[in-house]
Amino acid sequence: MNQLIPLTVAVPLLTAAALLAVRPLLAGLVWVANLAAVAAAAAVAVMLAFLLRQTSTDEAVYWFAGFRPSHGVAIGVNFVAGPISVGLALIGAILMTAALVFSWRYFTHVGTYFHGLMLIFLAGVAGFCLAGDVFDLFVWFELMGVAAYALTAYRPEERGPIQGALNFAITNSVGAYLSLTGIALIYGRTGALNMAQIGQAAASRSGHGVVVVSFLLIIAGFLVKAAIVPFHFWLADAHAVAPTPVCVLFSGVMVELGLYGIARMYWSVFGGALGHQAALADVFLALGTLTSVVGALFCFRERHVKRLLAFSTISHMGMFLAGFALMTPLGLAGVAVYVAGHALVKGALFLCSGIALHRLRSVNETCLHGRGRKLPVTGATFTLAGLGLAGLPPFALFLGKGWIEDSARMTWLTVVFTLCAILAAGAVLRVAGGVFYGLGDPPREDPRMEAEANEETGETDEGRQRTPLTMLIPPVLLVAGAMAAGVAMLVPGAGAAIERAALRFQDQAAYQAAVLGPSGHGGSAAAAPVATLHPVEPAAVTVSAVVVALVCVAGALALAGAALYWRRLPVLRRGYEPGAGLTEFSRRFQSGVINDYVTWLVVGLAIIGGVLALITGHG
Amino acid sequence: MTYFPYLVAAWILACGLYGLVTNRDLIHQIICLIVVQSSTYVMLLATGYVTGGIAPYFSDVPGSPKAVDPVVQALALTDVVVEAAVTALLASFAIQAHKRFGTLDPQDLAEFKG
Amino acid sequence: MTPGQRRVIFLVAMAGLAAFVIWGITGLPGFGRYPGPYGPAILKVAEGQTNATGIVSAVNFEYRGIDTVGEEFILFTAVVGMTVVLRKLRGERQRPAIEEARERAQPAGGTGVRAAALAFTGPAALIGWWLATHAQTNPSGGFQGGVVLATAFLLVYLGGEFLTFRRLSPVDITDAAEAIGAGGFAAVGVTAIAAGLPYMDNYLPLGKVPGAVSSAGTIALISFLVGIGVAAAFVQIAGELLEQTMLVREGGG
Repeated sequence: MNQLIPLTVAVPLLTAAALLAVRPLLAGLVWVANLAAVAAAAAVAVMLAFLLRQTSTDEAVYWFAGFRPSHGVAIGVNFVAGPISVGLALIGAILMTAALVFSWRYFTHVGTYFHGLMLIFLAGVAGFCLAGDVFDLFVWFELMGVAAYALTAYRPEERGPIQGALNFAITNSVGAYLSLTGIALIYGRTGALNMAQIGQAAASRSGHGVVVVSFLLIIAGFLVKAAIVPFHFWLADAHAVAPTPVCVLFSGVMVELGLYGIARMYWSVFGGALGHQAALADVFLALGTLTSVVGALFCFRERHVKRLLAFSTISHMGMFLAGFALMTPLGLAGVAVYVAGHALVKGALFLCSGIALHRLRSVNETCLHGRGRKLPVTGATFTLAGLGLAGLPPFALFLGKGWIEDSARMTWLTVVFTLCAILAAGAVLRVAGGVFYGLGDPPREDPRMEAEANEETGETDEGRQRTPLTMLIPPVLLVAGAMAAGVAMLVPGAGAAIERAALRFQDQAAYQAAVLGPSGHGGSAAAAPVATLHPVEPAAVTVSAVVVALVCVAGALALAGAALYWRRLPVLRRGYEPGAGLTEFSRRFQSGVINDYVTWLVVGLAIIGGVLALITGHG
Repeated sequence: MTYFPYLVAAWILACGLYGLVTNRDLIHQIICLIVVQSSTYVMLLATGYVTGGIAPYFSDVPGSPKAVDPVVQALALTDVVVEAAVTALLASFAIQAHKRFGTLDPQDLAEFKG
Repeated sequence: MTPGQRRVIFLVAMAGLAAFVIWGITGLPGFGRYPGPYGPAILKVAEGQTNATGIVSAVNFEYRGIDTVGEEFILFTAVVGMTVVLRKLRGERQRPAIEEARERAQPAGGTGVRAAALAFTGPAALIGWWLATHAQTNPSGGFQGGVVLATAFLLVYLGGEFLTFRRLSPVDITDAAEAIGAGGFAAVGVTAIAAGLPYMDNYLPLGKVPGAVSSAGTIALISFLVGIGVAAAFVQIAGELLEQTMLVREGGG
C-alpha cells in the first residue's frame, strides 16, 4: 500500500479547496495563494518523482478503501502506478509548477480562483494517469476538462476567449459523453469497470461487435482531446484565447493525455479482445500521418504565435499517434521520450511568447517584427527551444523521433515526418528570427488573418518595463531540462530502461496479473506477451537518427530563412507569399463554427467506425 | 431478447447531435448537449436492469430478493448533478458571448473573430 | 459549410455511425439480462460490510468513493468557473447590481405565489436535510439532498425577492461552503491515510442498527459534506444567473 499514490490527487484538491474556502481573507495576500499553489504543485512533482523510482521495476496497485478484488472481481476502484503513467503525470506536475511560477507576477489581479482551477486541473491530470478503472478514468477526464474550460475563459474581457472556450467545451463534452456511452456498452457486456477485469471478460465472451463499438466510442473522447484530425478543430481556437501559462499545460500535457487514454484503452483493456493488431495499427498509423501533415501545413501559415504553436502541437500529436501505432516497445519508448522533450520545449516556447505578450502587447508575428530585439534572453531561449523542436541533438526530441523511425523501418514515414518537422520547426524559427532578431521582412498581411492575430492585445494588466525573474527563469529551466533529458538518455542503460517500461505497458497479461492477482481467471488466451510478437530492438543513439535530426534542423533553418527573405530572393519572387494559398482552404475547415466541428466529429467517427467494422467484422 | 431501451438511448444521442449540428443558437445547442448526455443515463440504467429485480434498497425488505444493479444507478446519480453544474458553466459562457457580441448565433460569433 | 451542406453531410455520416452503434448494441445481452459480476458482487457484500441499506449510497460513498470525490470537484469547479466568468462582467460596472436593484421598484409577486413558496420552504429544507444526512437508507444522499436544500433558498426568492435571497446566501459564504463540502470529502479520505489506512477507508465504527445515521460510518459524514457542497453550489448558480437576469432586464428597460 503506497500512500503516495492517492496523495498525488488529494494534495492538489485539498489545497485548491482550502485556498478557495478562505478566498475573501486572501484579498490582499496574493503571495500566500501563489506560494501555496506553487508548493502544492512542486510537492506533487516530488511525490511523483519518488513514485517513478519505486515503480521502475514493478507496477504499484492501490485499492481505495482497501476493497481488494476477490476471485477476479473488483468491487472497488484502483489506481495503477507504472513508469509510463507516473512519468506522464510527472511531466504535468513539472509544467504546472513552471506555469504557476510564471504567473506569479504575470497576472496582478489574478485572484485565488486561478490557483484553485490550476490545482484542480493538476489533480485531474494525476488521477487520469493513474486510474485503473474506466469510469474513474472518465471522472478525472471530466474534472480536467471542466477546469480547462474555465481556465480558457479566464479572461472574458478579451474579444476572443468566449468563442474559443465554447468550442472547446462543447466538442470535448460531446467526446466525453460518447466515451461514457462506450463505457456503458462495455459494462453491459462484461459487467465490469475495472480495466484489467474488462480485458479478461471481453476476451473470453462472445459479442464481438460490442467490444469494437465500445472501444471506438470510448476513445472518441480521447481522439477529440488528443486533437487528432478531424477531431482537432477546437485546439487552435482554445489555445489562441487561453492565458499563456494555461496553454503550456494544454499543449504540453493535456493533449498528450488524450493519446495516453487511447494507448491505455488499447493495451490495458481492449487489445486482447479486439485482435487484428496489424490492421488496427495501420488505421492509427494513417490517422497519425494525416494529423501530422495537416498540423504542419496549418502551422506554417499562421501569424498568430499562439495559434502557430498550437498547430505545431497537432503536428507532433500525429507523430506520437503514429509511434503508438507501431505497437512495438521501441516505438512506444520513442513516443515517451518525444512527449517528454516536446512538453518541456513547447512549454518554454509558450512562456517566451507570454513574455513577448507581456512586454510588447502582441502575439502577432507581423506586428512584432524586430521588436523583440530588446528581449535578448527571451529571444535566445525561444530560438533554442525552436531548434530543439526541430530535433537538434542533444534535445530529447531527436531521440524520440529517431526511435520511432528506427522501429518503423519505413522510409516514407521517415521522409514524411522529417518534412512535417521541418515545416513546423521552420515556422517557429521564422518567428524567432523575425521577432527576436529582426531578420528579413515582416510577412505580408492577409487582412482577415491580421484581425485574427490582433484579437489578443495583452493579458497582463499593464505593460511592464522589465521582465520579472519569475517569468524568465521557468522557460530557461524548461529548455535546459529538455536538453538534460536528451543527455541523460546517453547514459548506458537509460534507453533500455525506458524500453522495458514500454514493454510492460504493452503487456496486457502482466497488467491483469498485477491488478487482479495471478490467481485470477488464469489470464486470457488472446493476450500474447508483446515480447514474443516484437523482439526488443536496442534503444540507442544511431547514426541514422543523428543524420536525420541534422537534416531536419538544417531544413528548418533553411525554410525559416527562405520565408524571411522571400521577397528579396531574385529568382523566386513572383508575388507569391509562402503558405498564402492555404489560407482560404484552411478557413473553410477551421471556421470557428461549433456546428461544423460537431459535423466533422461525427464524420470522422463514422469513417473510423466503418473501417474498424470491416477489419474486425469477420472475427 | 429485446434491445429496445438501448436503441432508445442511441436515438436520443443521435437527436442531440443533430440538434448541435443544425441549431444556430448557443442556448439551444447547450440544451442539445444535455440531450446527448441524457442518452448516457438511459444507456447506463438500461444495461444494469434485471428483469423482475427491485430497487437496491433493503431497509424494509426482508431476506435478499433479486435487485437491479446498484452500480449504474450510482454512476447515473452523480452524473445528473454534475451535468447541471456543467450546463451552468456553459450557460455563463453564452451569457458572456451575448453581452460581448449581441448575438448567440455561432456563425455570427465566428465572423466576429476574423 | 452552409447549413444545408452541413445537414446533408451530418445525416449521411450519422446514418453510418448509427449502423455501427446498432451493430454494437446487438452484441449486448438483451434488456433485463444484466450478466454481472459487478452488481451482484456488491449486492452480496454491501449490507454486511457497510451496514447501509441503500446500496446505491454505499457504492457512491464507499466502494466508488474516489469517483465521487472527483464528481464533487467537477461540480465545484464548474461553479467556480461560472463565478469567474460572470464576476468579471460585474467588475466592469460602476456599482454592483445588488445596489441598483435596491433602488428599483420591486416586482409585485402574487399573494398565492408567496403563500405557496412560504409553505414549501420549510418542507423543502427539511427533506433536503433528511436526504443529505440519511444516505445510508435513502436513494440519493448528499447529491440530491443538496439540490433539494438549495430549492428551499430558491423558494425564498420566489416568495420574497432577490435581495432577501442574496442576504441569505452571501457569495463569500456560498463559496466557502462549496469549498468546505468538496474539500471536506477529500479530507475525510486523507484522515484515513493519517491513520495508516487506505484512502477513503470507512474507519468510523459501524453502528449496531442497519439504517440508522450512526450505522454506516463515514458514509453519513461524507454524504453530509456533499450535501453542503451541492446545496451551496446550486444556491450560487441560481444567485449568479438571477443577478445576470436583473442586469439584462435593467439593460432592456
